[in-house]
Amino acid sequence: MDVKAGLFYVFAALLLFAAFRVVTARNPVHAALYLVWAFFQAAMIWLLLRAEFLAMALVLVYVGAVMVLFLFVVMMLDINFDSIRQGFWRHFPLAGVIGVVIALEMSAVLFAGFRMAEPKAMQTVVQSAGGQASNTRDLGILLYTEYVYPVQIAAVILLVAIIAAIALTLRERKDSKHIGVDAQVRVRAKDRLRVVKIGVTQAAKPMPAAADGDASAEGEKKS
Amino acid sequence: MTLTLGHFLSLGAILFALSVIGIFLNRKNLIILLMAIELMLLAVNMNFVAFSYYLGDMRGQIFVFFILTVAAAESAIGLAILVQLFRNKSNINVDELNSLKG
Amino acid sequence: MNTMSQTLSASTLLTVALAPLVGAIVAGVFGTAFGGNRIGRRVSHSLTIGAVALAFLLSVGVLWDVVEHGARFNETLYTWMQVGALKMEIGFLVDGLTAMMMCVVTFVSLMVHLYTIGYMKEDEGYNRFFAYISLFTFSMLMLVMSNNLLQLFFGWEAVGLVSYLLIGFWFNKPTAIFANMKAFLVNRVGDFGFILGIGLIVANAGTLNYAEVFALSGELGTMAFPGTDWMLITVICICLFIGAMGKSAQFPLHVWLPDSMEGPTPISALIHAATMVTAGIFMVARMSPLFELSDTALSFVMVIGAITALFMGFLGIIQNDIKRVVAYSTLSQLGYMTVALGASAYSVAVFHLMTHAFFKALLFLAAGSVIMGVHHNQDIRWMGGLRKYMPITWITSLVGSLALIGTPLFAGFYSKDSIIEAVHFSNLPGAGFAHFAVLAGVFVTAFYSFRMYFLVFHGKERFDQNPDAHHDDHGHHGAHDKPHESPWVVTVPLILLAIPSVVIGYMTIGPMLFGDFFKDAIFVNATLHPAMAELAKIFHGPMAMASHALSTAPFWLALAGVVSSYYMYMVNPALPAAIKKRCMPIYTLLENKYYMDWFNENVLARGARMLGTGLWKGGDQALIDGTIVNGSWKVVVWISRQVRRLQSGYLFHYALSMILGVFGLMTYFVWRS
Repeated sequence: MDVKAGLFYVFAALLLFAAFRVVTARNPVHAALYLVWAFFQAAMIWLLLRAEFLAMALVLVYVGAVMVLFLFVVMMLDINFDSIRQGFWRHFPLAGVIGVVIALEMSAVLFAGFRMAEPKAMQTVVQSAGGQASNTRDLGILLYTEYVYPVQIAAVILLVAIIAAIALTLRERKDSKHIGVDAQVRVRAKDRLRVVKIGVTQAAKPMPAAADGDASAEGEKKS
Repeated sequence: MTLTLGHFLSLGAILFALSVIGIFLNRKNLIILLMAIELMLLAVNMNFVAFSYYLGDMRGQIFVFFILTVAAAESAIGLAILVQLFRNKSNINVDELNSLKG
Repeated sequence: MNTMSQTLSASTLLTVALAPLVGAIVAGVFGTAFGGNRIGRRVSHSLTIGAVALAFLLSVGVLWDVVEHGARFNETLYTWMQVGALKMEIGFLVDGLTAMMMCVVTFVSLMVHLYTIGYMKEDEGYNRFFAYISLFTFSMLMLVMSNNLLQLFFGWEAVGLVSYLLIGFWFNKPTAIFANMKAFLVNRVGDFGFILGIGLIVANAGTLNYAEVFALSGELGTMAFPGTDWMLITVICICLFIGAMGKSAQFPLHVWLPDSMEGPTPISALIHAATMVTAGIFMVARMSPLFELSDTALSFVMVIGAITALFMGFLGIIQNDIKRVVAYSTLSQLGYMTVALGASAYSVAVFHLMTHAFFKALLFLAAGSVIMGVHHNQDIRWMGGLRKYMPITWITSLVGSLALIGTPLFAGFYSKDSIIEAVHFSNLPGAGFAHFAVLAGVFVTAFYSFRMYFLVFHGKERFDQNPDAHHDDHGHHGAHDKPHESPWVVTVPLILLAIPSVVIGYMTIGPMLFGDFFKDAIFVNATLHPAMAELAKIFHGPMAMASHALSTAPFWLALAGVVSSYYMYMVNPALPAAIKKRCMPIYTLLENKYYMDWFNENVLARGARMLGTGLWKGGDQALIDGTIVNGSWKVVVWISRQVRRLQSGYLFHYALSMILGVFGLMTYFVWRS
């Protein structure tokens, strides 16, 4: 057993343990943290596979951004996590069976089909004349030549995600006097203005025959 | 023993299976569900990287790149939905999300 | 006779058929509320009578051409539909048989049209009646002039329809409505057999045209009915005859004819004596090439006819309604015609058809005149001594009755005696019974005819003894007014019908039965069915036949019938009542018409209604609505209810099913590899 294999087994075991704890953790914060740990282990494994850029990206993007987001949300929401564990172990046998069967089957298929031991030499797209052949470099060259269009689309997807997230969760201030533009445009004259015909001269309203003081008070009220 | 492609692939498989169990078990916690989905994506990425290494083709890694992007976007939106859900129902009980029941 | 054959003109024939139709349409549309009551009574009766008179004159011309110049016509005028090789055509076939029928139909129709002016004078449906009887004339002419089975069937159904309309002419009377439904339904039973027969002919001969079918008759005669060992031709002929049984009121489909007396008397004369009911006889005679091939069918025909002839005669003895007596007499005489058909004496049957048309129409019209005279009382027990008041009616009735019973030299004698002789010579099974029946029938016929004659025209006047005298529409006090003779529009037809009743037999028996008159219309296989040939041997001319009659049984039987009826109703009127008391069971049987009506109404009709109700409740409601229609949606609802459980609304259920699906597919692929 060489070093690589041993490292692989260690990392793999930790990864699997972390993954298991993610789904079985009682406290969602713990689950999130275990997930972080799982991603770290995965990144390690990818380093073994000489995918350095991706390993770094995993840590930076996934752990650094996505998992942080998860933690934000978990802590923001006031979740009562006692009640959420009821009925958990009831379904475990069935789930366990299904999971084991899936894993075994996939392994059987994959193990049998893929017995490659020696990796082929990595084909580089461009002969790096004199330069070091690095993973990042190779990735970059491929991305910005052949896969430029998918890169643009990925950017658009991210834009859409931002807008969608904001649009979903935006709450309006309740005391805002903001009127929607469409409502402003759709205003009609007759909703705002009412023309009333009044004669040029008008007979004076008869004053009640009461004391002067009352009459003037009433007159004031009327105007 | 030497590592073969099969090892990595089985690792991915077991990871996938674990996340499926996670989806299935977590009736009460939507966040764990989303996390299990992340795990699934991780399992798939694992497969891609392993294939990329053993077949000597960079394209596997390119694909992982894009999967990462999309996964990030999707988890953002998923969490936004979860926040809205929580605002409406005051809990994140998956069991109670059955309004689309036939 | 000029042997050169000519063809007749198609336009003449079309005019004969269509003139009554035009008259019917104009009178029926413009003379009734349907078209706005634009024309009055005079116009509509003049129009229809003119049209029928034209048809009659042209028919006489055609008959002259056919007899004197040997003219024939067999052409298709119009093919209105063609399905594959089967053509549906309008065409005319005119030979001796057709020409004779045309003349009979138009003459009797003309007489009835004229008579109606007097009889229906006070009726509000005057124009409608004329329209109907003209329409009937058209239908009957299409039937007899047809050259293919489909047009025959059209005419058949059309006369049935017009008969329905006319029986129920007074549609506010419930008995009339019952009668017209009965007539139509019983006819339908017959028509069912008829259409089966036509269908078999089409299926096996591939054509509806008479000439083509008869050309194939040799082959048809050798085919067996598929799946059985009956002869095809027997089945065809029996099916066709079932149609004739319905239309010509043979036992057991005779039950509608007595009830059809609910209609006005003119139509009883026109339809139910002279023309419609003879359509069946005509059809069998027309189909003689086919019937000759099947002895079984001929036997069947003869036996049914014999039963009808005898047993209907018995029923005539006890009837008290004047029209019913004549109705049962018609039934009995139709039985005679049928017996003649069965004995392969088709020309004799048709000859009797012709003579019977005249004297029976006469008897009906005379009965109508009597009814008018005694202010619409129809019960012969409350008549009597009418000869003083209605002399023309009296004389013509006497002539008609003498013709009916077969008095030598009168028309009926020649035809009836020929029938009796022909049956005597027939060698088919059942001929013996038939011969007995027609002989016994002579006595019975004479008895009931003269019973009616004596009770109506002779004896004491009993009009004021009628317990339920009803007044006619003008409020005459019927019981106290004396009867009066009918107007000339009524008596002239009586006279005009009485003349042929006397002379036509003498004049035409030679050429018709033993000459060439029907030679290409009727086909007789002389070796198998020797009746006509034997008859020809003993025929020595009408005068000789008349003088020979004194030594034959029918003459003495008829005389015995007249004498006994004279005795029982004139000399010793208490005798009928005494006999009735002694033979009460027989009397009850006769009075209930052999319980056939009871059977039809309680067993057949009720059974059909029960079947209908059963099928409705069990089949329609329970099975189709309940199980199939309702059941199918209930099943769908049940299935959807189960499937609905899959739609739990829970995300993880859906995720699980996705996983399981993937898992299943994976398993499938693993197993395959």
